[in-house]
Amino acid sequence: MTQTNPPGADLPEHPDFLWRNPEPKKNYDVVIVGGGGHGLATAHYLVRNHGITNVAVLEKGWLAGGNMARNTTLIRSNYLWDESAAIYEHSLKLWEGLEDDLGYPILFSQRGVLNLAHTEQDVRDSVRRVEANKLNGIDAEWLGPDEVKRICPIINTAEDIRYPVQGATYQPRAGIAKHDYVAWGFGRRVDEAGVDLIQDCEVTGFTVDGDRVTGVRTTRGDIGCGTVALCAAGHTSVLLDQLGVRAPLQSHPLQALVSELLEPVHPTIVMSNAVHVYVSQAHKGELVMGAGVDSYNGYGQRGAFHIIERQMAAAVELFPVFARAHLLRSWAGIVDVTPDASPIVGHTPYENVFVNAGWGTGGFKATPGIGWCFAHTLAHGEPHPYVAPFGLDRFTTGALVDEHGAAAVAH
Amino acid sequence: MQLIHCPWCGPREEVEFHYGGQADIAYPERPAELSDQEWAEYVFYRDNPKGTFAERWSHSAGCRRWFNAVRDTHTYRFLSTAKPRQKEVRV
Ligand SMILES: Cc1cc2nc3c(=O)[nH]c(=O)nc-3n(C[C@H](O)[C@H](O)[C@H](O)COP(=O)(O)OP(=O)(O)OC[C@H]3O[C@@H](n4cnc5c(N)ncnc54)[C@H](O)[C@@H]3O)c2cc1C
Ligand SMILES: [Zn+2]
Repeated sequence: MTQTNPPGADLPEHPDFLWRNPEPKKNYDVVIVGGGGHGLATAHYLVRNHGITNVAVLEKGWLAGGNMARNTTLIRSNYLWDESAAIYEHSLKLWEGLEDDLGYPILFSQRGVLNLAHTEQDVRDSVRRVEANKLNGIDAEWLGPDEVKRICPIINTAEDIRYPVQGATYQPRAGIAKHDYVAWGFGRRVDEAGVDLIQDCEVTGFTVDGDRVTGVRTTRGDIGCGTVALCAAGHTSVLLDQLGVRAPLQSHPLQALVSELLEPVHPTIVMSNAVHVYVSQAHKGELVMGAGVDSYNGYGQRGAFHIIERQMAAAVELFPVFARAHLLRSWAGIVDVTPDASPIVGHTPYENVFVNAGWGTGGFKATPGIGWCFAHTLAHGEPHPYVAPFGLDRFTTGALVDEHGAAAVAH
Repeated sequence: MQLIHCPWCGPREEVEFHYGGQADIAYPERPAELSDQEWAEYVFYRDNPKGTFAERWSHSAGCRRWFNAVRDTHTYRFLSTAKPRQKEVRV
């Protein structure tokens, strides 16, 4: 008889030291606003790829306590358009080497993702996306219902359910990572390099000289800066309002929930845009589930209960075995959504202020990729080629990157 | 779930309503004269305040009528709702 460890038994211990808690200095070459995954990854690649270490990451709460701590950690790169495929695949390749780069466990588990199709139109869109992915060198397959069942035996593939499974796209290299460990890995690495991680420090305004920002006002005093990098996810509009800059961003609550710990039953990631649920099983054994955003604008880091009810109804139809699982807790983050479901990265009307926002429901997977490209953007004062298509000006030129089909609700 | 005060039907459960975004976005008076930037603002740009926000809701599963509301986006509380062009408000 083989003895297997109970789920979660091989999780690494929590580290005994995280990072320093320094007082803010008077001046930094680069001030990053927002200590989530994107801000931390940007700091990491500023150090690693550009040798820039006089950097502060300012976080209004605790480090990576925003969406970084609240997301459902799905990582994939099967996006439709070339522009999105390029940045998300760049990111996925970095995830594949991130544990070595950070010298820290992140539990990246490439267990694959099934994106289900429930209607004929879903099927056509999915097959098209698979072909587009392949042309971009991204691993993708189209699977029929029987193959879906083989990969994830607990899915209900009966034909008489309300939204029968007509097949799925499959990206084997997709996966999940332990989000807190990812943040801690980046945090420790940049702290070692001399970057100041300053928590409990909310940016409340800016000091402006013509078309340059000379410093940020914070709850811990004024801090001078060479360059400002906004990585504040759902709160970007609040900061841009301070600068008199408008951007087409809308902030919405996005909820997730976990079940109690269960034996391993769910070997891959399953997502469905049509019935609005997606699920994976965490390393310890919780079923981790999410759905779409709550419809209204909100900053309250909670959402409405009926959204959860609908999501659970969809989940139980697709996975009848979930009917007996207990819900352990639910929460929300605040995500910033754009009209074309693609991020906004690059220049603002201020010469030395750069924005990274609008990742909406799906920016965790981009963490190392955007960190890499945004650091390049800050170091050179020009967008990295992978983020150049995502400038604010696309809403005026009309060169939108419309990823609704691949990204709007799914993560 | 919160109760939303439809100006015609009175308080009803949130699930009966549909969100319509920022209120009072008027179609441009002289569309042919708009610059690309102005078109972009009309089509894509909406306010996104943390605090009070004037927005549109529709009582889609009830009287099916649109109305304006003022809501706090931080607490989600409705401060007032009103029929279109109606000045007086109630909660
Ligand atoms: C429920 C949920 C599920 C999700 N699931 C997935 C998923 O499965 N896969 C995926 O790819 N993505 C997912 N996402 C999206 C992903 O979490 C975000 O796109 C991503 O985290 C955004 O970048 P970030 O990590 O830097 O944001 P955050 O972690 O939110 O970082 C922004 C930080 O800025 C700070 N801040 C804001 N204003 C200020 C200020 N004025 N001064 C100082 N600090 C400030 C905030 O406190 C916050 O810590 C999900 C999000 C949610 C909420
Ligand atoms: Zn009504």
